[in-house]
Amino acid sequence: MINSRDILETINMIDNEHLDVRTITMGISLLDCIDANIQTAAAKVYDKICRYARDLVKTGDDISKEYGIPIINKRIAVSPIAMLAGACNGKSPIYFAYALDKAAEEVGVNFIGGYSALVHKGFSTGDYALISSIPQALAETDFVCSSVNIGSTKAGINMDAVAKMGKVIRETAELTVQRDCIGAAKLVVFCNAPEDNPFMAGAFHGPGEPDCVINVGVSGPGVVRAAVAKAQDCDITEIANIVKKTSFKITRMGQLVAQEASRRLCVPFGIIDLSLAPTPAVGDSVAYILEEMGLESCGAHGTTAALALLNDAVKKGGVMASSHVGGLSGAFIPVSEDAGMIHAARTGALTLNKLEAMTAVCSVGLDMIVIPGDTSADIISGIIADEAAIGMVNSKTTAVRVIPAIGKRAGEELDFGGLLGKGPIMKVNRHSPGKFIGRGGRIPAPLQSLKN
Amino acid sequence: MRAVITVLGKDMVGILAKVSARCAEAHVNVLEVTQSVLQDLFAMIMMVDISKSTVAFDELADSLKKIGDNMGLKVHVMHEDIFHSMHRI
Repeated sequence: MINSRDILETINMIDNEHLDVRTITMGISLLDCIDANIQTAAAKVYDKICRYARDLVKTGDDISKEYGIPIINKRIAVSPIAMLAGACNGKSPIYFAYALDKAAEEVGVNFIGGYSALVHKGFSTGDYALISSIPQALAETDFVCSSVNIGSTKAGINMDAVAKMGKVIRETAELTVQRDCIGAAKLVVFCNAPEDNPFMAGAFHGPGEPDCVINVGVSGPGVVRAAVAKAQDCDITEIANIVKKTSFKITRMGQLVAQEASRRLCVPFGIIDLSLAPTPAVGDSVAYILEEMGLESCGAHGTTAALALLNDAVKKGGVMASSHVGGLSGAFIPVSEDAGMIHAARTGALTLNKLEAMTAVCSVGLDMIVIPGDTSADIISGIIADEAAIGMVNSKTTAVRVIPAIGKRAGEELDFGGLLGKGPIMKVNRHSPGKFIGRGGRIPAPLQSLKN
Repeated sequence: MRAVITVLGKDMVGILAKVSARCAEAHVNVLEVTQSVLQDLFAMIMMVDISKSTVAFDELADSLKKIGDNMGLKVHVMHEDIFHSMHRI
Protein backbone atom coordinates (compact mmCIF):
# COMPACT_ATOMS: atom_id res chain seq x y z
CA MET A 1 0.00 0.00 0.00
CA ILE A 2 1.18 3.49 -0.72
CA ASN A 3 1.93 5.50 2.39
CA SER A 4 -1.27 7.27 3.52
CA ARG A 5 0.65 10.40 4.40
CA ASP A 6 1.93 10.65 0.82
CA ILE A 7 -1.59 10.19 -0.54
CA LEU A 8 -3.00 12.90 1.70
CA GLU A 9 -0.10 15.20 0.84
CA THR A 10 -0.88 14.91 -2.87
CA ILE A 11 -4.61 15.48 -2.28
CA ASN A 12 -3.83 18.53 -0.16
CA MET A 13 -1.52 19.92 -2.87
CA ILE A 14 -4.34 19.64 -5.41
CA ASP A 15 -7.21 20.82 -3.21
CA ASN A 16 -5.51 23.63 -1.31
CA GLU A 17 -2.25 24.56 -2.98
CA HIS A 18 -3.19 24.80 -6.67
CA LEU A 19 -1.04 21.89 -7.86
CA ASP A 20 -1.66 21.39 -11.55
CA VAL A 21 -0.12 20.63 -14.89
CA ARG A 22 -0.14 24.03 -16.51
CA THR A 23 -0.08 22.98 -20.11
CA ILE A 24 0.15 20.10 -22.53
CA THR A 25 1.44 21.66 -25.71
CA MET A 26 1.54 19.80 -29.01
CA GLY A 27 4.31 21.00 -31.29
CA ILE A 28 3.51 20.58 -34.98
CA SER A 29 5.90 21.18 -37.86
CA LEU A 30 4.27 23.07 -40.73
CA LEU A 31 7.31 23.07 -42.97
CA ASP A 32 5.64 20.55 -45.30
CA CYS A 33 2.74 23.00 -45.81
CA ILE A 34 4.88 25.50 -47.74
CA ASP A 35 3.28 26.61 -51.00
CA ALA A 36 3.82 29.61 -53.29
CA ASN A 37 0.06 30.16 -53.25
CA ILE A 38 -0.73 31.56 -49.82
CA GLN A 39 -4.36 30.36 -49.83
CA THR A 40 -3.23 26.81 -50.58
CA ALA A 41 -0.54 27.00 -47.90
CA ALA A 42 -3.03 28.34 -45.32
CA ALA A 43 -5.49 25.54 -46.15
CA LYS A 44 -2.72 22.95 -45.70
CA VAL A 45 -1.84 24.53 -42.34
CA TYR A 46 -5.44 24.34 -41.16
CA ASP A 47 -5.82 20.74 -42.29
CA LYS A 48 -2.59 19.52 -40.73
CA ILE A 49 -3.26 21.15 -37.35
CA CYS A 50 -6.82 19.79 -37.22
CA ARG A 51 -5.63 16.32 -38.22
CA TYR A 52 -2.79 16.13 -35.68
CA ALA A 53 -4.47 17.88 -32.74
CA ARG A 54 -7.98 16.45 -33.17
CA ASP A 55 -7.78 14.43 -29.93
CA LEU A 56 -5.46 16.69 -27.94
CA VAL A 57 -8.09 18.36 -25.74
CA LYS A 58 -10.08 15.18 -25.12
CA THR A 59 -6.91 13.23 -24.25
CA GLY A 60 -5.82 15.96 -21.83
CA ASP A 61 -9.24 15.94 -20.18
CA ASP A 62 -9.29 12.13 -19.93
CA ILE A 63 -5.85 12.03 -18.27
CA SER A 64 -6.90 14.81 -15.94
CA LYS A 65 -9.96 12.84 -14.79
CA GLU A 66 -8.20 9.51 -14.45
CA TYR A 67 -5.21 10.77 -12.50
CA GLY A 68 -7.13 13.42 -10.61
CA ILE A 69 -4.65 16.11 -11.65
CA PRO A 70 -5.99 19.36 -13.11
CA ILE A 71 -4.51 20.01 -16.57
CA ILE A 72 -5.25 23.67 -17.10
CA ASN A 73 -4.33 24.32 -20.71
CA LYS A 74 -4.13 22.36 -23.91
CA ARG A 75 -2.22 24.28 -26.56
CA ILE A 76 -0.48 24.07 -29.89
CA ALA A 77 2.87 25.42 -31.06
CA VAL A 78 3.71 25.46 -34.76
CA SER A 79 6.77 26.17 -36.91
CA PRO A 80 7.63 29.87 -37.17
CA ILE A 81 5.14 31.06 -39.77
CA ALA A 82 7.78 33.39 -41.29
CA MET A 83 9.42 30.25 -42.70
CA LEU A 84 6.26 29.52 -44.68
CA ALA A 85 5.54 33.14 -45.51
CA GLY A 86 8.85 33.50 -47.33
CA ALA A 87 7.57 31.31 -50.17
CA CYS A 88 4.45 33.40 -50.76
CA ASN A 89 5.77 36.11 -53.10
CA GLY A 90 5.40 39.10 -50.81
CA LYS A 91 1.74 38.39 -49.93
CA SER A 92 0.77 39.38 -46.37
CA PRO A 93 1.06 36.35 -44.07
CA ILE A 94 -2.18 37.37 -42.35
CA TYR A 95 -3.98 34.42 -44.02
CA PHE A 96 -1.80 32.12 -41.94
CA ALA A 97 -3.00 33.89 -38.79
CA TYR A 98 -6.63 33.33 -39.83
CA ALA A 99 -5.89 29.64 -40.53
CA LEU A 100 -4.19 29.18 -37.15
CA ASP A 101 -7.07 30.89 -35.34
CA LYS A 102 -9.69 28.79 -37.12
CA ALA A 103 -7.77 25.57 -36.43
CA ALA A 104 -7.34 26.46 -32.74
CA GLU A 105 -11.07 27.04 -32.43
CA GLU A 106 -11.86 23.82 -34.28
CA VAL A 107 -9.72 21.60 -32.02
CA GLY A 108 -10.64 23.51 -28.84
CA VAL A 109 -7.24 24.72 -27.60
CA ASN A 110 -7.04 28.07 -25.82
CA PHE A 111 -3.88 29.39 -27.53
CA ILE A 112 -1.84 28.59 -30.61
CA GLY A 113 1.71 29.90 -30.79
CA GLY A 114 4.08 30.23 -33.70
CA TYR A 115 3.10 33.38 -35.55
CA SER A 116 6.80 33.93 -35.19
CA ALA A 117 10.05 34.93 -36.83
CA LEU A 118 13.66 34.20 -35.91
CA VAL A 119 15.68 37.26 -36.90
CA HIS A 120 18.59 37.30 -34.48
CA LYS A 121 21.05 37.71 -37.32
CA GLY A 122 18.90 39.41 -39.92
CA PHE A 123 15.61 39.41 -41.83
CA SER A 124 14.60 37.26 -44.73
CA THR A 125 11.62 38.29 -46.89
CA GLY A 126 9.16 36.18 -44.92
CA ASP A 127 10.45 37.50 -41.60
CA TYR A 128 9.91 41.11 -42.45
CA ALA A 129 6.46 40.51 -43.91
CA LEU A 130 5.42 38.51 -40.86
CA ILE A 131 6.68 41.05 -38.33
CA SER A 132 4.90 43.86 -40.16
CA SER A 133 1.64 41.90 -40.04
CA ILE A 134 1.77 41.08 -36.29
CA PRO A 135 -0.40 44.03 -35.11
CA GLN A 136 -3.19 43.15 -37.54
CA ALA A 137 -2.86 39.41 -36.85
CA LEU A 138 -3.19 39.85 -33.10
CA ALA A 139 -6.04 42.33 -33.48
CA GLU A 140 -8.07 40.12 -35.81
CA THR A 141 -7.63 36.74 -34.09
CA ASP A 142 -8.50 35.39 -30.65
CA PHE A 143 -6.16 32.46 -30.09
CA VAL A 144 -3.00 33.31 -32.02
CA CYS A 145 0.20 34.17 -30.14
CA SER A 146 3.25 35.72 -31.67
CA SER A 147 6.95 35.84 -30.86
CA VAL A 148 10.09 37.24 -32.46
CA ASN A 149 13.65 36.23 -31.58
CA ILE A 150 15.86 39.29 -31.99
CA GLY A 151 19.09 38.13 -30.40
CA SER A 152 21.18 35.19 -29.23
CA THR A 153 24.46 34.54 -27.47
CA LYS A 154 25.80 33.07 -30.72
CA ALA A 155 24.59 35.80 -33.07
CA GLY A 156 24.48 38.99 -31.02
CA ILE A 157 21.52 41.36 -31.10
CA ASN A 158 19.79 42.51 -34.29
CA MET A 159 19.25 46.18 -33.45
CA ASP A 160 17.17 46.78 -36.60
CA ALA A 161 14.75 44.17 -35.27
CA VAL A 162 14.87 45.75 -31.80
CA ALA A 163 13.87 49.11 -33.31
CA LYS A 164 11.13 47.50 -35.38
CA MET A 165 9.66 45.57 -32.45
CA GLY A 166 9.29 48.73 -30.35
CA LYS A 167 6.98 50.07 -33.06
CA VAL A 168 5.19 46.74 -33.53
CA ILE A 169 4.38 46.44 -29.82
CA ARG A 170 2.92 49.96 -29.74
CA GLU A 171 0.91 49.39 -32.89
CA THR A 172 -0.41 46.06 -31.57
CA ALA A 173 -1.59 47.76 -28.38
CA GLU A 174 -3.19 50.59 -30.37
CA LEU A 175 -5.14 48.21 -32.60
CA THR A 176 -6.55 46.37 -29.57
CA VAL A 177 -7.18 49.42 -27.40
CA GLN A 178 -10.89 48.51 -27.12
CA ARG A 179 -9.91 45.22 -25.45
CA ASP A 180 -7.44 46.58 -22.85
CA CYS A 181 -4.61 46.44 -25.43
CA ILE A 182 -4.66 42.65 -25.13
CA GLY A 183 -2.84 42.14 -28.44
CA ALA A 184 0.45 43.15 -26.82
CA ALA A 185 -0.11 40.52 -24.11
CA LYS A 186 0.13 37.88 -26.83
CA LEU A 187 3.42 39.12 -28.28
CA VAL A 188 6.85 38.18 -26.90
CA VAL A 189 10.24 39.48 -28.01
CA PHE A 190 12.98 36.97 -27.19
CA CYS A 191 16.71 36.65 -26.92
CA ASN A 192 17.87 32.99 -27.00
CA ALA A 193 14.33 31.69 -27.60
CA PRO A 194 14.04 27.94 -26.90
CA GLU A 195 12.62 25.80 -29.71
CA ASP A 196 10.59 23.55 -27.41
CA ASN A 197 8.92 25.97 -25.01
CA PRO A 198 5.37 24.83 -24.17
CA PHE A 199 4.35 28.10 -22.48
CA MET A 200 2.49 30.93 -24.18
CA ALA A 201 2.73 33.46 -25.57
CA GLY A 202 6.24 32.54 -26.67
CA ALA A 203 5.74 28.93 -27.77
CA PHE A 204 6.76 27.93 -31.28
CA HIS A 205 7.89 24.65 -32.80
CA GLY A 206 11.54 25.10 -33.72
CA PRO A 207 13.01 23.95 -37.04
CA GLY A 208 15.13 21.33 -35.24
CA GLU A 209 12.07 19.63 -33.74
CA PRO A 210 10.41 16.44 -35.05
CA ASP A 211 7.20 16.47 -37.11
CA CYS A 212 5.05 16.37 -34.00
CA VAL A 213 5.89 16.33 -30.29
CA ILE A 214 4.29 16.64 -26.86
CA ASN A 215 5.85 19.08 -24.41
CA VAL A 216 4.49 19.61 -20.92
CA GLY A 217 4.80 22.59 -18.61
CA VAL A 218 4.41 21.91 -14.91
CA SER A 219 3.61 24.47 -12.28
CA GLY A 220 3.04 24.73 -8.55
CA PRO A 221 4.10 27.99 -6.89
CA GLY A 222 1.40 27.40 -4.25
CA VAL A 223 2.87 24.02 -3.33
CA VAL A 224 6.38 25.44 -3.00
CA ARG A 225 5.11 28.36 -0.90
CA ALA A 226 3.26 26.02 1.45
CA ALA A 227 6.34 23.81 1.84
CA VAL A 228 8.52 26.83 2.66
CA ALA A 229 5.88 28.09 5.12
CA LYS A 230 5.93 24.78 7.01
CA ALA A 231 9.72 25.05 7.41
CA GLN A 232 9.42 28.15 9.60
CA ASP A 233 12.81 29.27 11.03
CA CYS A 234 15.30 27.01 9.25
CA ASP A 235 18.38 28.41 7.48
CA ILE A 236 18.55 29.21 3.79
CA THR A 237 20.32 25.94 2.84
CA GLU A 238 17.34 24.06 4.22
CA ILE A 239 14.98 26.32 2.24
CA ALA A 240 16.83 25.33 -0.95
CA ASN A 241 16.48 21.66 0.00
CA ILE A 242 12.75 22.02 0.62
CA VAL A 243 12.25 23.69 -2.76
CA LYS A 244 14.25 20.93 -4.48
CA LYS A 245 12.20 18.15 -2.90
CA THR A 246 8.91 19.85 -3.74
CA SER A 247 9.99 20.55 -7.29
CA PHE A 248 10.93 16.89 -7.69
CA LYS A 249 7.42 15.77 -6.76
CA ILE A 250 5.74 18.32 -9.00
CA THR A 251 7.92 17.37 -11.93
CA ARG A 252 7.36 13.62 -11.47
CA MET A 253 3.66 14.30 -11.81
CA GLY A 254 4.32 16.28 -14.99
CA GLN A 255 6.50 13.50 -16.37
CA LEU A 256 3.74 10.94 -15.78
CA VAL A 257 1.17 13.13 -17.52
CA ALA A 258 3.54 13.80 -20.42
CA GLN A 259 4.31 10.11 -20.94
CA GLU A 260 0.65 9.20 -20.78
CA ALA A 261 -0.34 11.96 -23.23
CA SER A 262 2.45 10.91 -25.56
CA ARG A 263 1.33 7.25 -25.44
CA ARG A 264 -2.35 7.98 -25.96
CA LEU A 265 -1.79 10.43 -28.81
CA CYS A 266 0.95 8.29 -30.43
CA VAL A 267 3.20 11.34 -30.52
CA PRO A 268 6.77 11.36 -29.17
CA PHE A 269 7.40 12.98 -25.79
CA GLY A 270 9.64 16.02 -26.11
CA ILE A 271 10.43 17.75 -22.85
CA ILE A 272 9.16 18.78 -19.46
CA ASP A 273 9.46 22.49 -18.81
CA LEU A 274 10.33 22.84 -15.12
CA SER A 275 8.68 26.14 -14.49
CA LEU A 276 7.00 27.74 -11.55
CA ALA A 277 4.22 29.48 -13.46
CA PRO A 278 1.96 31.62 -11.31
CA THR A 279 -1.70 32.45 -11.93
CA PRO A 280 -3.65 35.43 -10.63
CA ALA A 281 -5.36 33.11 -8.08
CA VAL A 282 -4.44 33.96 -4.52
CA GLY A 283 -1.93 31.41 -3.24
CA ASP A 284 -0.55 30.57 -6.70
CA SER A 285 2.11 33.25 -6.69
CA VAL A 286 5.89 33.22 -7.11
CA ALA A 287 6.10 36.54 -5.24
CA TYR A 288 4.52 34.92 -2.19
CA ILE A 289 7.27 32.25 -2.16
CA LEU A 290 9.89 35.01 -2.02
CA GLU A 291 7.94 36.71 0.76
CA GLU A 292 7.62 33.40 2.60
CA MET A 293 11.42 33.17 2.55
CA GLY A 294 11.49 36.34 4.61
CA LEU A 295 11.07 39.43 2.45
CA GLU A 296 8.53 42.00 3.61
CA SER A 297 7.48 42.45 0.00
CA CYS A 298 8.55 41.13 -3.36
CA GLY A 299 10.77 43.87 -4.79
CA ALA A 300 12.58 44.58 -1.52
CA HIS A 301 16.38 44.42 -1.52
CA GLY A 302 17.17 40.71 -1.31
CA THR A 303 14.54 39.78 -3.90
CA THR A 304 17.09 38.99 -6.60
CA ALA A 305 19.04 36.68 -4.28
CA ALA A 306 15.88 34.90 -3.11
CA LEU A 307 14.75 34.44 -6.70
CA ALA A 308 18.18 33.11 -7.75
CA LEU A 309 17.96 30.49 -5.01
CA LEU A 310 14.39 29.57 -5.95
CA ASN A 311 15.15 29.31 -9.65
CA ASP A 312 18.20 27.12 -9.12
CA ALA A 313 16.53 24.82 -6.58
CA VAL A 314 13.52 24.29 -8.87
CA LYS A 315 15.85 23.13 -11.63
CA LYS A 316 17.95 20.91 -9.38
CA GLY A 317 14.88 19.18 -7.98
CA GLY A 318 13.13 18.88 -11.30
CA VAL A 319 15.95 17.70 -13.48
CA MET A 320 16.19 14.31 -11.77
CA ALA A 321 12.45 13.78 -12.00
CA SER A 322 12.26 13.97 -15.78
CA SER A 323 13.91 12.12 -18.61
CA HIS A 324 14.12 15.22 -20.82
CA VAL A 325 14.07 18.77 -19.56
CA GLY A 326 13.84 21.80 -21.80
CA GLY A 327 11.81 24.86 -22.68
CA LEU A 328 12.20 27.80 -20.35
CA SER A 329 12.56 25.86 -17.08
CA GLY A 330 12.71 28.26 -14.18
CA ALA A 331 10.56 30.57 -12.11
CA PHE A 332 8.37 32.94 -14.11
CA ILE A 333 7.72 36.47 -12.91
CA PRO A 334 4.82 37.75 -15.05
CA VAL A 335 3.57 40.74 -13.10
CA SER A 336 -0.10 40.78 -14.14
CA GLU A 337 -0.45 37.00 -13.70
CA ASP A 338 0.83 36.87 -10.12
CA ALA A 339 -1.27 38.14 -7.22
CA GLY A 340 1.81 38.90 -5.11
CA MET A 341 3.56 40.78 -7.92
CA ILE A 342 0.42 42.79 -8.65
CA HIS A 343 0.23 43.79 -4.99
CA ALA A 344 3.94 44.66 -4.82
CA ALA A 345 3.68 46.74 -8.01
CA ARG A 346 0.62 48.59 -6.67
CA THR A 347 2.36 49.50 -3.43
CA GLY A 348 5.48 50.62 -5.28
CA ALA A 349 7.70 47.96 -3.67
CA LEU A 350 8.31 46.37 -7.06
CA THR A 351 9.68 48.57 -9.84
CA LEU A 352 10.65 48.01 -13.43
CA ASN A 353 14.34 48.41 -12.50
CA LYS A 354 14.09 45.69 -9.86
CA LEU A 355 12.26 43.42 -12.29
CA GLU A 356 15.07 43.89 -14.80
CA ALA A 357 17.61 42.75 -12.20
CA MET A 358 15.41 39.77 -11.33
CA THR A 359 15.34 38.66 -14.96
CA ALA A 360 19.11 38.06 -14.82
CA VAL A 361 18.58 35.16 -12.43
CA CYS A 362 15.23 33.64 -13.37
CA SER A 363 13.41 32.17 -16.29
CA VAL A 364 12.48 34.53 -19.14
CA GLY A 365 12.29 38.25 -18.52
CA LEU A 366 10.13 41.35 -18.28
CA ASP A 367 6.82 39.61 -18.56
CA MET A 368 3.26 40.96 -18.57
CA ILE A 369 4.23 44.44 -17.47
CA VAL A 370 1.80 47.24 -18.20
CA ILE A 371 3.53 50.51 -19.10
CA PRO A 372 2.12 54.03 -19.65
CA GLY A 373 0.24 54.51 -22.93
CA ASP A 374 2.46 57.37 -24.04
CA THR A 375 5.69 55.32 -23.80
CA SER A 376 7.44 55.87 -27.13
CA ALA A 377 8.47 53.05 -29.48
CA ASP A 378 12.11 54.03 -28.88
CA ILE A 379 11.79 53.53 -25.15
CA ILE A 380 10.13 50.14 -25.67
CA SER A 381 13.03 49.25 -27.99
CA GLY A 382 15.45 50.37 -25.26
CA ILE A 383 13.72 48.04 -22.80
CA ILE A 384 14.01 45.19 -25.33
CA ALA A 385 17.72 45.93 -25.99
CA ASP A 386 18.58 45.90 -22.27
CA GLU A 387 16.73 42.68 -21.69
CA ALA A 388 18.27 41.02 -24.75
CA ALA A 389 21.74 42.08 -23.56
CA ILE A 390 21.16 40.32 -20.22
CA GLY A 391 20.15 37.16 -22.08
CA MET A 392 22.95 37.35 -24.62
CA VAL A 393 25.75 37.84 -22.09
CA ASN A 394 24.42 35.29 -19.59
CA SER A 395 23.61 32.63 -22.24
CA LYS A 396 20.03 32.44 -21.06
CA THR A 397 16.60 33.13 -22.45
CA THR A 398 15.23 36.59 -21.81
CA ALA A 399 12.09 38.14 -23.18
CA VAL A 400 9.99 41.25 -23.15
CA ARG A 401 6.21 41.20 -23.03
CA VAL A 402 5.14 44.73 -22.15
CA ILE A 403 1.70 46.17 -22.75
CA PRO A 404 1.48 49.90 -23.47
CA ALA A 405 -1.84 50.95 -21.92
CA ILE A 406 -2.93 53.29 -24.68
CA GLY A 407 -4.67 56.38 -23.27
CA LYS A 408 -3.74 55.56 -19.66
CA ARG A 409 -1.08 56.71 -17.22
CA ALA A 410 1.02 55.28 -14.39
CA GLY A 411 -1.19 54.36 -11.43
CA GLU A 412 -4.18 53.23 -13.55
CA GLU A 413 -4.75 49.54 -14.35
CA LEU A 414 -5.49 47.19 -17.23
CA ASP A 415 -7.61 44.07 -16.74
CA PHE A 416 -7.20 41.30 -19.34
CA GLY A 417 -9.27 38.74 -17.47
CA GLY A 418 -8.55 35.02 -17.13
CA LEU A 419 -5.00 33.72 -16.90
CA LEU A 420 -3.51 36.94 -18.28
CA GLY A 421 -4.71 38.72 -15.14
CA LYS A 422 -4.57 42.44 -14.48
CA GLY A 423 -1.85 44.86 -13.64
CA PRO A 424 -1.10 48.38 -12.52
CA ILE A 425 0.70 50.61 -15.00
CA MET A 426 4.34 50.80 -13.93
CA LYS A 427 6.57 53.83 -14.24
CA VAL A 428 9.12 53.86 -17.05
CA ASN A 429 12.33 55.93 -17.29
CA ARG A 430 11.36 58.56 -19.86
CA HIS A 431 14.82 59.63 -20.99
CA SER A 432 15.19 58.82 -24.67
CA PRO A 433 17.42 56.05 -26.05
CA GLY A 434 16.29 57.24 -29.52
CA LYS A 435 19.67 57.89 -31.11
CA PHE A 436 21.15 54.61 -29.84
CA ILE A 437 18.17 52.62 -31.12
CA GLY A 438 18.08 54.54 -34.40
CA ARG A 439 21.66 53.58 -35.32
CA GLY A 440 20.55 50.07 -36.37
CA GLY A 441 23.04 47.31 -37.15
CA ARG A 442 23.99 44.44 -34.92
CA ILE A 443 25.51 44.22 -31.45
CA PRO A 444 28.32 41.71 -32.01
CA ALA A 445 28.09 38.35 -30.28
CA PRO A 446 29.94 38.41 -26.96
CA LEU A 447 33.14 36.53 -26.22
CA GLN A 448 31.01 33.96 -24.36
CA SER A 449 29.77 32.76 -27.75
CA LEU A 450 33.20 31.46 -28.77
CA LYS A 451 33.12 28.15 -26.97
CA ASN A 452 34.47 25.84 -29.65
CA MET B 1 -5.54 -1.31 -12.92
CA ARG B 2 -5.73 -0.02 -9.37
CA ALA B 3 -7.08 3.24 -8.11
CA VAL B 4 -7.01 5.08 -4.81
CA ILE B 5 -10.24 6.43 -3.35
CA THR B 6 -9.80 9.04 -0.63
CA VAL B 7 -12.61 10.42 1.49
CA LEU B 8 -11.96 13.47 3.62
CA GLY B 9 -14.24 15.42 5.91
CA LYS B 10 -16.29 15.30 9.07
CA ASP B 11 -16.77 11.83 10.55
CA MET B 12 -20.30 10.40 10.41
CA VAL B 13 -22.12 7.09 10.35
CA GLY B 14 -22.18 5.12 7.11
CA ILE B 15 -19.30 6.59 5.10
CA LEU B 16 -17.50 3.29 4.55
CA ALA B 17 -20.79 1.50 3.87
CA LYS B 18 -21.93 3.94 1.18
CA VAL B 19 -18.59 4.09 -0.62
CA SER B 20 -18.12 0.32 -0.57
CA ALA B 21 -21.71 -0.27 -1.69
CA ARG B 22 -21.08 1.85 -4.77
CA CYS B 23 -17.83 -0.05 -5.41
CA ALA B 24 -19.61 -3.41 -5.15
CA GLU B 25 -22.34 -2.25 -7.48
CA ALA B 26 -19.70 -1.36 -10.11
CA HIS B 27 -17.73 -4.61 -9.58
CA VAL B 28 -14.85 -2.66 -8.11
CA ASN B 29 -12.93 -4.84 -5.66
CA VAL B 30 -11.75 -3.20 -2.43
CA LEU B 31 -8.20 -4.40 -1.73
CA GLU B 32 -7.25 -2.38 1.33
CA VAL B 33 -8.79 0.22 3.58
CA THR B 34 -7.08 2.50 6.05
CA GLN B 35 -8.88 5.14 7.98
CA SER B 36 -8.02 7.62 10.65
CA VAL B 37 -10.01 10.10 12.66
CA LEU B 38 -8.08 13.04 13.97
CA GLN B 39 -10.41 15.01 16.26
CA ASP B 40 -13.40 15.45 13.96
CA LEU B 41 -11.57 15.09 10.66
CA PHE B 42 -12.10 11.78 8.99
CA ALA B 43 -9.70 10.43 6.36
CA MET B 44 -10.34 7.14 4.63
CA ILE B 45 -8.08 5.70 1.94
CA MET B 46 -9.17 2.72 -0.13
CA MET B 47 -7.05 0.86 -2.62
CA VAL B 48 -9.35 -0.69 -5.21
CA ASP B 49 -9.00 -2.89 -8.27
CA ILE B 50 -10.98 -1.41 -11.13
CA SER B 51 -9.94 -3.83 -13.87
CA LYS B 52 -13.36 -5.56 -13.77
CA SER B 53 -15.34 -2.37 -13.24
CA THR B 54 -18.62 -2.28 -15.14
CA VAL B 55 -18.55 1.50 -15.45
CA ALA B 56 -16.06 3.91 -17.01
CA PHE B 57 -13.48 5.51 -14.73
CA ASP B 58 -14.95 9.01 -14.85
CA GLU B 59 -18.45 7.66 -14.22
CA LEU B 60 -17.24 5.85 -11.09
CA ALA B 61 -15.34 8.94 -9.95
CA ASP B 62 -18.36 11.20 -10.52
CA SER B 63 -20.77 8.90 -8.71
CA LEU B 64 -18.48 8.59 -5.68
CA LYS B 65 -17.94 12.34 -5.68
CA LYS B 66 -21.72 12.79 -5.63
CA ILE B 67 -22.03 10.46 -2.62
CA GLY B 68 -19.36 12.57 -0.92
CA ASP B 69 -21.08 15.85 -1.81
CA ASN B 70 -24.35 14.60 -0.29
CA MET B 71 -22.57 13.88 2.98
CA GLY B 72 -20.42 17.03 2.95
CA LEU B 73 -17.25 15.02 2.24
CA LYS B 74 -14.54 15.38 -0.36
CA VAL B 75 -14.01 12.26 -2.43
CA HIS B 76 -11.15 11.79 -4.89
CA VAL B 77 -10.66 8.80 -7.17
CA MET B 78 -7.21 8.72 -8.71
CA HIS B 79 -5.05 6.26 -10.63
CA GLU B 80 -2.47 4.78 -8.22
CA ASP B 81 0.43 5.66 -10.55
CA ILE B 82 0.21 9.33 -9.62
CA PHE B 83 1.22 8.51 -6.04
CA HIS B 84 3.95 6.08 -7.06
CA SER B 85 5.50 8.58 -9.42
CA MET B 86 5.36 11.52 -7.01
CA HIS B 87 6.57 9.77 -3.88
CA ARG B 88 8.87 6.95 -5.01
CA ILE B 89 12.17 7.22 -6.85
